[in-house]
Order: sequence, then structure tokens, then C-alpha cells
Amino acid sequence: MSVSRFWRKIPQRYNLVGRYFFPPRSLCPDCRRSGKIVDHKFTGEGTVVTYTVIRSASDQFEHTTPYVLAVVELDEGPRLTTQVACTPEEATIGMRVRSVFRRVAADGESGTIHYGTKFVPVE
Amino acid sequence: MRDVAVIGIGCTEFGEHWGTSFRDLFVKAGALALEDAGVTGENIDALYVGNMSAGRFVEQEHIGALIADYAGLASNNIPSTRVEAACASGGLAFRQAVIAVASGMEDIVVAAGVEKMTDVGTGASVDMLASAADREWEGFAGATFPGLYAMIANDYMHRYPLTREQLAQVAVKNHENGARNPIAQFRNRITVDTVLSSSLVADPLRLFDCSPITDGAAAVVVVPLERAREFTDSAVRVLASAQASDTISLHDRRDISTLDASVAAGKRAFAQAGLTHKDIDMLEVHDCFTIAEICAIEDLGFCKKGEAGRLTAEGATALGGEIPVNTSGGLKACGHPVGATGIKQICEIVSQLRGEAGARQVDAEIGMAHNVGGTGATVVVHILGA
Repeated sequence: MSVSRFWRKIPQRYNLVGRYFFPPRSLCPDCRRSGKIVDHKFTGEGTVVTYTVIRSASDQFEHTTPYVLAVVELDEGPRLTTQVACTPEEATIGMRVRSVFRRVAADGESGTIHYGTKFVPVE
Repeated sequence: MRDVAVIGIGCTEFGEHWGTSFRDLFVKAGALALEDAGVTGENIDALYVGNMSAGRFVEQEHIGALIADYAGLASNNIPSTRVEAACASGGLAFRQAVIAVASGMEDIVVAAGVEKMTDVGTGASVDMLASAADREWEGFAGATFPGLYAMIANDYMHRYPLTREQLAQVAVKNHENGARNPIAQFRNRITVDTVLSSSLVADPLRLFDCSPITDGAAAVVVVPLERAREFTDSAVRVLASAQASDTISLHDRRDISTLDASVAAGKRAFAQAGLTHKDIDMLEVHDCFTIAEICAIEDLGFCKKGEAGRLTAEGATALGGEIPVNTSGGLKACGHPVGATGIKQICEIVSQLRGEAGARQVDAEIGMAHNVGGTGATVVVHILGA
């Protein structure tokens, strides 16, 4: 997969109507208008809603298996799909996590490295 | 709106067709359907073909024209349209054909589905299937399709009393049905232990919880009900055609283990047909993973949330049960050539309603088909009646 789409700036958005979005949206799904959506920085803390341990992955991720994949609900409300950097045994539903900047994947051994958000357990 | 009927069905064997090309798979299914319907190529007014990802599986786009050409219809210049909604492509192609006929725009329409998945390796096909979810916000993080359904299973099992053994029973039952279906990819019977001792793919889902990678094609012929008798005495009526969508990402759903699009499409279908759950004699649901069958039975309203596992273990969804589910063997045992699956479900219901289902025949006059795209971002539901 081409990496170019991931070089775009990714804002985190807050609609002045009162709802937070992540991933960002340019149209509010509640009022269906572009409205007054402004960038916002999340605290980065959240809770694991559900998770799995990926044992068989696509070629790009195969060398990193097994890894913990989770749906995390940020304290501000939005949910996202993310890896949690912990062992399969450590992962639980309801565990508290915080975001970190990590290497996610790479286009082969000498290709572009994809960086992004992962989560780690809160001590 | 005109009433619509299915007058012919055709399905290739599902499996690994190393020696058959994408186009030849389609031609075989199409020819079977036309022969079954008793129509010839000159009769056909339009063609809709469901296909998820020929562009990536066989590096071929422009499927509508290709299929019409190799079906020998190029000289008739008929309209031929590819329909895509990931794993719901087939169901949606059928719906487009039904709409075309119901509207009065077309009379004799072929709805087909085709997918050739084994020309690429497993890692590549895992990546292609992940494109049915959100590439930027799920796939980028390393989500696979089994992984997303595993997160549904984990959420479900955290909230409702579903045991790992009950989940395995879905696969055991579908293999039992597949063993009786001559087109099924897997015609072997398995036990709960087979499932529980297979390798983990994405916890808690194991290899035998997952539908396979499959080549196959299926086709049906639909006509206005008033013209069905020109061709056959065993036409099957389309009583409802419903479709719904939801968020593309699993994490944005209102409820992780309820497919709201299944709920909505199911309700719309029942309302259209003027029927209730008691009227439905059999179900073909989208069991891409065992947990998906559990959710489908509940989300379509055949039991309360949390009960489908117990009902499956008790045999209520088996061939002789209260409401047989996936008599074809489902996606699990019959196989899952993604674009063809929705059409195969229609073929299975039609052959059951006509009493032509052989060793897997059930007593049915009305059947429901439920076809899901992605993790529930598209759901198509049809009700057919003899």
C-alpha cells in the first residue's frame, strides 16, 4: 500500500456543538453540516472496550504477530482501533491505556516506515 | 412496482479452482442459471454482477463488460453493471436486479456474483479482505477481518452467556450441512474438538471459526412475476428486498456486538413482506465467522440477544430444528467467494423452496437471506416465498 495518504496532517477535532471526533471529520454526523469544527488535543488516555490477539496477519504485519489489537474509548468519548503494546496475557477489557507515538508498520525491509499511535497500559 | 420472481439458479462448485479462470467461473454459473430458467441469451435485458475485488485478486476491473462479453452477450449490447459492497456484493447485485424488474425498466435480468481469490497468497488476501473495513483507521493499525470479528466475539462473550463450545457448534452444524451439499468447499463433518484444537487466528476465534478463501460463481434469473409462467412452473417470489448501512469502522458502532444494519434491514424486509418471524421457515445468514451467525440470528430478531448460542447447541438451527440456519453449509463450509456468496444464498433458498435440496432438504415455503458487507457496514436482506 502507498504510504502517501498517511503523510497528511491528522487533526483531532472538537465540534463546538459539543462532540469530539477522532478520526477527524469535516462534516458533523449529528447536524450534517460542516459547522464550527475546530482542532483539539486529546489527553490521550482511555479504556479498552474490546480486544483480540492477532496471530495471523497480512504480509505487512506478519512479522510482528502475535500483537494485541483493541478498540479504545478515549476519555473524551471517541473510539479508535489501535494496537496496545502489551503481552497477550496482560490485555483485558476495561484496562486503562494511554497513547504513545510508535512505529506501526513498514513497506518491506527497506521501504518507508509508517509511524502512528499505539497505546500502552497505564501503570 | 411489479412483483418479481426468480426463475432460474446456477452455481459452480465452491473451492480452489486452480484450473478455471475468473471469467470461466462466471460463464459456468451463468449458463447453468439460463438453462435452469429456460431462457436464452437473446432474452436477457440486463446483467448485474456482484464482485468485491477482482482488481486486486486477479488485477481485472471493468467486470460488467468482461462478463457480458464472455457470456456471449456483447453483440446484444445489453447493459451490464458491476455492483460492489465488499462481502455483500452478491446480495446487492440481486437487489439491483430486483429493483430493475420491479420498476418496469427491465424484464429478464441476470444477477450474478463471482470471486476468484486463490490467485494470490494468503497474506495478500488477508490484506485485500481488510479493505472491506476502514483502511486508514482500522487496517493501518493492523486490523484483519478475523481480528475485527474476534473483537465482536470478545465483547459479546464479556456481556452475554456464550460459551466457547456453543460458538464451535455453529461450525459443527454448518459442516454437517456442507457435507450434504454437492457444491460445498468442505464436505467433511467435524466435532467441537476439531474447532477447539485448531490454531488460534485472532483470540478467541480459531481456524475452524473462520470461513475459507474460495473461488466460485453463482447466478440467478429474475423476471416479473406475471411473465414467470412463460418459463417455469416453479417460480419463487421475491417477497422483500431490503438494504441498510452503518459506520464503516467497527469502533464507531453504537454497540460493538449488535449489527444495527442487520436490525434495520431485517425490520424493513419484514415490513415489506407483511410477515413475522414465525412465517420464516429457513435462514441463510452471513456466517463469515461463527460469531457472525450468532449475531445474525439475534439481530434479525429470531431470538433475544444472548440466546443464539444456547439455541444452536440445542439444535434449533440444525436441519431438523425449529428454524434451520445455513442449510447450504453457510460461508463456513460451503465456502465464501465474497462476491458470489449473496447470490449463492438466493440459489440455496430457491432450491429448498422448490424441494430440490436433496440430502439437506428442509420443509420450507418461505426463506430469508442475510448478506453482510464488512463488519456490518452494509447488510442486504431478502425474503423469498414459493
